[in-house]
Amino acid sequence: MTIVKLEGRLALEDMRSLMSELLSIPRAGMSQRISVDLSGVEYLDSAGALALIELQNRGSALSIPVDLLNISEKNHGLLSLIDREVIQRPPLRPEVVRSSIVENLGELARRQYRDFQEIMSFVGELITALLYCLAHPRLVRWADVMFYMKRAGADGLPIVALISLLLGLIMAFMSSLQLKQFGANIYVANLVTIAMVRELGPIMTAIIVAGRSGSAFAAEIGTMIVNDEVNALVTMGFDPTRFLAVPKVLAAMIVVPILTVYSDFFAILGGLIVGVTGLDLTVYTYILQTKSSISIFDFVTSLTKAVVFALLISGIGCQRGFQVKGGAEGVGTSTTSAVVSAIFLIILFDSAFAIMLNYLRH
Amino acid sequence: MSPSDRDPVIIVENLTARYDDVTILENVSFEVYRGERFMILGGSGCGKSTLLKHMIGLLKPSSGRVLINGIDITQADERWLQQVRRQIGVLFQADALFGSMSLAQNVALPLTEYTDLSPELVREIVKMKLGLVDLSGYDNHMPAELSGGMRKRAGLARAMALDPMFLFFDEPWAGLDPVTAAELDILIRSINEGIGTTMVFVTQELASIFNLGQRVIMLHKEARGIIARGTPAELREKSTDSRVMNFFNRHAV
Repeated sequence: MTIVKLEGRLALEDMRSLMSELLSIPRAGMSQRISVDLSGVEYLDSAGALALIELQNRGSALSIPVDLLNISEKNHGLLSLIDREVIQRPPLRPEVVRSSIVENLGELARRQYRDFQEIMSFVGELITALLYCLAHPRLVRWADVMFYMKRAGADGLPIVALISLLLGLIMAFMSSLQLKQFGANIYVANLVTIAMVRELGPIMTAIIVAGRSGSAFAAEIGTMIVNDEVNALVTMGFDPTRFLAVPKVLAAMIVVPILTVYSDFFAILGGLIVGVTGLDLTVYTYILQTKSSISIFDFVTSLTKAVVFALLISGIGCQRGFQVKGGAEGVGTSTTSAVVSAIFLIILFDSAFAIMLNYLRH
Repeated sequence: MSPSDRDPVIIVENLTARYDDVTILENVSFEVYRGERFMILGGSGCGKSTLLKHMIGLLKPSSGRVLINGIDITQADERWLQQVRRQIGVLFQADALFGSMSLAQNVALPLTEYTDLSPELVREIVKMKLGLVDLSGYDNHMPAELSGGMRKRAGLARAMALDPMFLFFDEPWAGLDPVTAAELDILIRSINEGIGTTMVFVTQELASIFNLGQRVIMLHKEARGIIARGTPAELREKSTDSRVMNFFNRHAV
C-alpha cells in the first residue's frame, strides 16, 4: 500500500506542482491501493479538491483504487460539492468551428444580402416618411430638427474650420513649390479653389459629419432600441422612422451644405495666407483670381453633392441604429458600421457625381 | 364578477409565434374580460414577453388572431391599428422613458401628438397624471435622475396619458425592492378599481401574483403554450400538474 500524506494548503496557487506530483504517483503495473492521508490539510479549495479527484480518476483508469482518508468535515463538504461527472460531460452544443472557406463565404454572402434587403426597405420607409412630411410639414418635429441642426451643424463649426484651413494651407504650400518654378504663383488660387469647391469641400465636410453625427445618430437610436424606447413609440402609435429619423435627416440636409460653404471659405482663406505671406501675392489679386476660377455651376453642384451626402450619412446612421440587436455591444458595432458605411457611400456617390458632372459640363 | 357580465375585450385565438424557425408558442387561445387584472405567468424563456408583444401588435403572429375590442390587430390596416393603439398603454420592463426628455415632456408626448389641447391644458393633465402615480413636483426631472421605482411609476403615468382602456405591464416588479414593489401593487390596484382599466401583466413575481392577479394563465417552455388557467389561489391549492405546483410553491425541479 502506498500512503501519501498531504499537509498545509491545497489551493489554486500551488495547483500546478501539486497536480504534477500527485498524478505521477499511480504507475501502470502498480497493484496496491493508494491511500491519501488528508489529516494535515489546513485549507482545501476547489482547485485542491479537483487535484484529488483527478488523482482518483487517474487511479481508476489504471485500476488502482485511491482512498482519501481523514477528511475533515469542512473539506468533506467541499469535496461533495464537486460533481465528478460534470467535469467529463461534453457541452450540449459542440463548439462552433466553421473552418471551410466555402461555408464562411456563403455565410458572409447571406449576411450581406440580408443587410442589403434591410437597407433597401429602410430607404423605402424613409422616402415615404420624407414625402409624407413634405405633404404635412406641420407634423415634422421642428424642435428636434433645430436641436440636431445645432448638434450636427453649429457644434461642428470649429473642427470643420480648423481642418479646412489646414487643408487650404497645405494644398497652397505644396502646389506653390511646384508652381513657383514656372512663375505661375497666381494659379495657386485656382488650384485651391477648384479642388476645394468641386471635390474636397463636400467630401471633407461629409466625412467630418459622418464621424461626428452619423455615429451619434446610430448610437442614439440603437440605445433607444435596447431600452425598449422604440417599442414604446410604436405602441404609442408613432412611426419610429418619422419620429426619429426624419428630424435627423432633415437637419443634416440643411446644415451640411452650409458647412460645405463654410469649409470652402476656410480652405480658400488658408490658400490666401500662403499666397500673401509666401508668394508675394496681394489679397486683392488672390481674391480676384479665386472669383474668376469658379463658376456658379461648380458652386451649385457642390451644394447638391453636399445635400446628397447629408442624406446618405444621416440615412445610414439611422438605419444602423434601428438594426441594433442585443445590448451595449450591438450599439458599438452599429456605430462603427454607420461611419464606415457612410464614408464608403460618400466615396461611391462622389465617383458617380464625377462622371455625371463631366458629361454635364460638356 | 359573475360569469354573466363577463365581457371579453381581448381575444387571442390559436396564436402561433415563431422566431425564424423556432416555435415559441403554438395554438394559444384565451380571453381577457373587461376591467379585470389578468396575468400571464411562466418561467424564464417560456414566451410570456413574446405573447405580450403579439398582443400589443409589436410582433405579427405566424398564424392566429388577436382581437382587441373586436378589431383584429394582426390584419388591421394602419388607420385601425392607430385607433387600437390609442386605447392601450404599455409599461415596458426597462421603463422605456425617453432619456432626452423630462418627465413632463415624456407624459405630454402622446397628448400633444393625439390631441389639440392647449399647452396649458396639457401641462395640467401632465401634473394630474404625475400626481396619480405619486410623482407630483417631478415635472422637470430627467428620467436618469430618478430611482428605479420612480421610473416605473413615471412610465405608468406616460402609459396612462391618454386614459387607455387597456394597460399592459411587462414584468413591472423586476428589479424593485419589496417595499417599492408593494407600493406599486397598491397604486396599480387603485388605478384598476378607480378607473376600471383592463390590465394584463406578464410576471413571475409570486407575491404580486397573489396580491393582484384575478385570473392567470401559465405558459410552459416545453409545452409551447398554456398549461394551466384559473385564479392564483386555485392553481396553488388545486393544481395537480407538478410544473404548476413547483412554480407556485417555489420548488426547485
